[in-house]
Amino acid sequence: MQTPPRLDLSGITKRFPGVLANDQVSFAVQPGEIHALLGENGAGKSTLVKMIYGIMQPDAGEIRWNGARITIANPKAARKLGIGMVFQHFSLFEAMTVLENIALGMDAKIPARDLEAKILSVMQQYGLKLEPHRIVSTLSVGERQRIEIVRALLLNPNLLIMDEPTSVLTPQEVEQLFVVLRQLAKEGCSILYISHKLHEIKALCDAATILRGGKLVDTCDPAKETSRSMAEKMIGGSLKDIQRGEGRALGSAKLAVQGLSIPKDGPFGIALKDISFSVKAGEIFGIAGVAGNGQNALLLALSGETPSQNPDAIQIDGSKIAALTAKQRRLAGMASVPEERNGHAAVPDFSLSDNAILTARDRMGMVSGGMVNARSARTYAGEVIAAFSVKATGPAAMADSLSGGNLQKFIMGREIMQKPQVLVVSQPTWGVDAGAAAAIHQALVDLAATGSAIVVISQDLDELLSLCDTLAVINEGHLSKPMPVAGANIEEIGLLMGGVHGDPNAPTHISSEVAHAY
Amino acid sequence: MSPEFIIASIVTIIGLTTPILLAGLGELITEKSGVLNLGVEGMMLMGAISGFVITALTFNPWLGVIGAAAGGALSSMLFAVLVLQLNSNQVATGLALSIFGTGLSSLIGVSFTGRIVPQFGSIFPDVLAKDPIWKLFFGYSPLVYFALIMVPLTAWFLKSTRAGLILRAVGENDHSAHSIGYSVTGVRYAAIAFGGAMAGIGGAYFSMVITPMWAEKMTAGRGWIALALVVFAGWRTGRLLAGAYFFGFLMWLELFAKANGFGPSLPFIQAIPSQFWAAMPYVMTVVALTLISSRGNVGASAPACLGKPFLPST
Repeated sequence: MQTPPRLDLSGITKRFPGVLANDQVSFAVQPGEIHALLGENGAGKSTLVKMIYGIMQPDAGEIRWNGARITIANPKAARKLGIGMVFQHFSLFEAMTVLENIALGMDAKIPARDLEAKILSVMQQYGLKLEPHRIVSTLSVGERQRIEIVRALLLNPNLLIMDEPTSVLTPQEVEQLFVVLRQLAKEGCSILYISHKLHEIKALCDAATILRGGKLVDTCDPAKETSRSMAEKMIGGSLKDIQRGEGRALGSAKLAVQGLSIPKDGPFGIALKDISFSVKAGEIFGIAGVAGNGQNALLLALSGETPSQNPDAIQIDGSKIAALTAKQRRLAGMASVPEERNGHAAVPDFSLSDNAILTARDRMGMVSGGMVNARSARTYAGEVIAAFSVKATGPAAMADSLSGGNLQKFIMGREIMQKPQVLVVSQPTWGVDAGAAAAIHQALVDLAATGSAIVVISQDLDELLSLCDTLAVINEGHLSKPMPVAGANIEEIGLLMGGVHGDPNAPTHISSEVAHAY
Repeated sequence: MSPEFIIASIVTIIGLTTPILLAGLGELITEKSGVLNLGVEGMMLMGAISGFVITALTFNPWLGVIGAAAGGALSSMLFAVLVLQLNSNQVATGLALSIFGTGLSSLIGVSFTGRIVPQFGSIFPDVLAKDPIWKLFFGYSPLVYFALIMVPLTAWFLKSTRAGLILRAVGENDHSAHSIGYSVTGVRYAAIAFGGAMAGIGGAYFSMVITPMWAEKMTAGRGWIALALVVFAGWRTGRLLAGAYFFGFLMWLELFAKANGFGPSLPFIQAIPSQFWAAMPYVMTVVALTLISSRGNVGASAPACLGKPFLPST
């Protein structure tokens, strides 16, 4: 008799007020299979895995586990069955040690010493390096993820759910993760791998289930699909490529950063050390790097939130702006978009038109004689909404009523439509679905075509490689030498990204498979 | 300074320290779970009146202490339901609990004013407890020893037990604790109830040990000092003990300055108004907070979720 699937979902339906999150979703995961779950934000992937992990209950449909029909009442019950989960947003406790964090994930009470021995044996078995007594807040993102993986592996899982595990890892860390996952699958553990990085799915997964708008679109073999065909199934339409104008010529240097150093703010901050680069008119300059290497400090230094002691350090068209405040820099032609949408780039409790006033008031003439011209703010916000196809009820909509992608489109639009000479953006498409990301990328390219200089700080190397003309890597507050993207060496970029933060035992070269995927 | 004076001073300081130590340990546990309960003063007064009434009715101070713990815990449950179930603002609700506890305890106390209740006997033989020197170790109320035993117990609970680990986890990152499968609300109920019970016992120290009589607002703001103590201690049990004695010493200076003329040996204390010494615990808290933050939170372990309501995402 054929062995039943490890996990078999049929007709799973979950309804939230006003939205059908999962509509009759059915698919099966075989023992030892690495199964991808693909879809844009809001496609219902998270809801689906939350039901598999017992965080939510389906309204209809059935879950079979090794052939037997079951209900999974809570995460504890899921773990008892042998279902482990590694969350995208780590469920870690920063002020506690690695050991304590792992102990918290165990249902049975295990004496600390026995647990430590078990952890060490799991780490050895899978080549996952961790120091059990380190405090989590001192660890890199990759190390934090390893805690989650060790935590899940200690339960001897039969099914491991990984929610977008690679979004914050260096290429080397991704490669190490894949080695672990393949070893697990070989040992018979099924893996449900949630991602929207199609090349990774092609490199790793045996099967892929694609969701769109809560419905199952297709279950396919990623080896037989192209990244493009899967992406089009995901978005339900044809994918637009970035359109670049013909014969683009870069102008003279517009933004020049020379010897920019900023001391670190607070014990966990990163100091910027002697950063120099220049961006020509029409050029898109990418800054890659693993999170927490000074990207934030660099954005604040460029936007003017942290003015520099040295007024010469930043210049636009030769005029020195490094000592100016954010407001003065906006008047000098520089706009910026920080990474955090809610609470930094936008005020969640403000309407879109009020949020427009915050950064566009001077350049778009919304203030005269100390009075705000509410009508021109509304008009401008409406123009942004229309030009960037922001899904919102109108300029009066509260910022926090918009989805992440729509709010990001609004924020990007708000800056781009001011036609800045220099635009600095951080993580422009973080947590944004493919359709919105394409629109944002196109808008950046179009702005560059008008002769603006653009700096894009991102952890998504794919994004930078497809978008930028020039690329540099930030690591521990140092910026590497810029290199043209055409002919960039992925291996070298990966090593620069790894830098001090990387695992010294990481392989010194990455396999052609992952390198090729980029 | 005579040895008698020193012994009498130490006995006074230990007496002044015990209620804030008890209430502080309770508040430490509550805050470690991520809940800021500013109602300590109210819970202490509710404990003080409950302990007093039960003792007056049963003539048994031991039952009185249990009553005080129950009174404190019950009043804290009022706060817990508002804060955990209805997600009301913790600061406002805690302040309301303080006002409510002050008022309700006064109301209950009206018919008990003027009564005197039996006090705890000494738990050690009189040879030790009444000896002018040995009383330094053996002459205290059982509540003093209880408070001192609770210090290492609390430290051990937080550091070495699984329940303590879960409590800290809930206070550190409620969403993570929830996603792993712990009951954030359940843990916080228990922590608030423990905080209430300890504050109640601390309050009973006033109505059952310091005086065997009831008086309105007899805790005289010690609940606020207990709150300050937790911050001063940087949420650490050992420092809480040290801080409690330090605050106890400052309160003793206040009494000493008020008594004026107690002894010419400490003229500098008398030269300064007693209000200055009364303000010292709070001044010291501000100084400690400034030092802690200017040195980048070294050694302080404030729970990351302190005071934030837990709103699980669907």
